[in-house]
Amino acid sequence: MNDLVFFINKGLLSGMIIGSIYAMGAIGVTMIFGILRFAHFAHGDMMTLGAFVTLIIAALLASAGVVLPFPIAFAAIIPAMAVTAVLAIGLDKVFYKPLRNAGARPVVLVMASVGVTLMLQGLIRLFAGVRARDMFIDQPKDIFQIPFPGASRAVILTEPQIVLIGFTVIAVLALHLFLTRSRLGKAMRAVSDNPELARITGINTNHVVWATWIIGGGLACAAGSLLSMDVTLKPDLSFNILLPIFAATIVGGIGQPYGAIAGGFLVGFCETLAVFNWSVLLRPIQDSLWFELPRNMALVPTEYKLMVPFLILIIVLIYRPTGIFRGRVL
Amino acid sequence: MSLLKISNLHAGYGQMSILKGVDMTLEEGEIGVIVGPNGAGKSTTLKAIFGMLNITEGSIEFDGEDITGIRSEELASHRIAFVPQENNVFHTLTVHENLEMGAYIRRDDFSRVMDHVYEIFPPLKEKRRQPAGELSGGQRQMVAFGRALMIEPKLILLDEPTAGLSPMFMSQIFDRVIAINKTGVTVAMVEQNAKQALAIAHKGFVLANGANSFTDTGRNLLENPEVAKSFLGG
Repeated sequence: MNDLVFFINKGLLSGMIIGSIYAMGAIGVTMIFGILRFAHFAHGDMMTLGAFVTLIIAALLASAGVVLPFPIAFAAIIPAMAVTAVLAIGLDKVFYKPLRNAGARPVVLVMASVGVTLMLQGLIRLFAGVRARDMFIDQPKDIFQIPFPGASRAVILTEPQIVLIGFTVIAVLALHLFLTRSRLGKAMRAVSDNPELARITGINTNHVVWATWIIGGGLACAAGSLLSMDVTLKPDLSFNILLPIFAATIVGGIGQPYGAIAGGFLVGFCETLAVFNWSVLLRPIQDSLWFELPRNMALVPTEYKLMVPFLILIIVLIYRPTGIFRGRVL
Repeated sequence: MSLLKISNLHAGYGQMSILKGVDMTLEEGEIGVIVGPNGAGKSTTLKAIFGMLNITEGSIEFDGEDITGIRSEELASHRIAFVPQENNVFHTLTVHENLEMGAYIRRDDFSRVMDHVYEIFPPLKEKRRQPAGELSGGQRQMVAFGRALMIEPKLILLDEPTAGLSPMFMSQIFDRVIAINKTGVTVAMVEQNAKQALAIAHKGFVLANGANSFTDTGRNLLENPEVAKSFLGG
C-alpha cells in the first residue's frame, strides 16, 4: 500500500501539478497563435514577470500591515494577474502591433518575441538579481498529509499545489464558458477561424487582440506565481519550461485552447511517469515476475526529462500531424 | 439620389492597377449584376468597395456619403454586407454562432432578424447546432447569406454566389437573391453565369480590362447582339 501512495505522490500528483502549469501556459501560447498568428516565445518570461509582480504586490500588502489567515502571496495573485494582463497589452502595443500594422510576416514577430524574451530576462535580473526567492514572505506554506487507508505513508499535497489544481479547474471551466457563451469569446473564435471574414463582418479586431493578451497574460501570471510558490522564484524559472509548453501546444493542435489543456496534461503526466521509478510498484509482485527487479527502473533517467515532451511530440505528430484536436497546419 | 455611385474608379493591389475607370450606379432596391470575362476586374470592384484594395483615383459614394478607401471593419456599421466567394463562413463555429457573429456590431435585440433568416433558409434552423464547416456547399452558401443579412443591410455585395454549385442549387440561389431583394435590399452581384444573372438584373455592367464596356438594363444587355457576340457566347 505504501508503494501505491508513493506512486500517487511521485507519479499522479506530480504529473497533475506540472501538467496544470503546462496547460495554463499552453492556453496562452495557443490563443496568441490562433489570433495573432505567431509563436510567442516570450511567454515563459511573461510567467516569470507575473510571478515577480505577485511577489511585489505581496510585499506591498505585507508592508501595509495586511494580515490574512493564509499566505499573502495567494491574495496577491489576483491583482498581479490584472497587472500582468496590462503589461502584456503594453508589450503588444510597443513591440508587436507596429510590426503587424506594417504587414510584417509571422517570422518577424517570432523574432521580435525572442527579443522581448531577452529584454524581459535582462530587466528581471537587473532589478531582482539572480538569486532564488521564497514567495512565502509572511508565513510558511502549509503541507497537508492526507492519510491513505491501509498505508503508513500519507498522500502529500502542499498549499500552492491545492490552489494550483483548483485554479486550473476553474480557469478551464471559465475559459470554456467564455469561448462558447460570450459575444467576445465567440468573436475570438471567429477571428482565429477566418480573420478576413471577421473583419468584413465588422468584428472589432482590437478588442479581440486585447482579450487574447488579457487571457494569455493573466494565466501566465497565475501559472508562474503558483509554480514559483511550489518551488522557488528564480529569474530563469519559466524559461526552462517554455519548450515543454510549446510541445504541449503543438501536441494538442496549435490554435486550439482545449487541445492546449489536453496537451499540457499529456506532456506533464508523461514526463513524470517516464522518470518514475517503476520498480517501486512492481516490487510487491516480484515473486510472479520472471526477471530480477533493478533498484531503479525509470523509463528515462531524470537528467533526460526534458527529452520526454519532444518524444511525445514526435509520436503524436507521426500519427496525427495536426495534433490531438486538429489544429492549424504550420 | 443613388444608393451606390462609383465614379471613375482606379484601384489595384500595391502598385499593380487592375481597375482603370469603373463606373456604376445603383438605385435603392435594384439588383445590379457585374459580368465580364476572367480578369476583367469584377470581383476586384467589389473588393474595392469593401476597402480591401488601394484606390488611386475616383470615388465611391454610398447613401450620400463618401466611403472611398474606408476600412473593411467600418462598412458593416454603414449597413453594407459582403459575401465573399470563398471561405465565407466560420467553419469551426456553429450555424447559429455564424449568424450571431453576423450581428456582432448590433447591440440591440436581433432575435427577430435571426428568426427571419431561419424562415428564408429552413435547413439552417435544423442544423443550427452544427459547425458550419460540416454543411454541404449549398447550405454553407445559405449560412454566408444569412450571416450577411443579420445587419439588415441596405446593400449586399455577392461575389459569385453560385460558383462551384450544381445547376439545381444555382437556380435556388438566384431565387433567394430575388427574395432578399424583394425585402428592399439592394444587391450588387458578380456572376459567371451571365445569362441567368442578367435575366434577374435591373442593371448590368459588362466589364473588360478593368473598365465598363457596356452598361444598360439587364434585359437590354441580354438582347444586345454586340454583348452576346463578344462575351455571352452567341
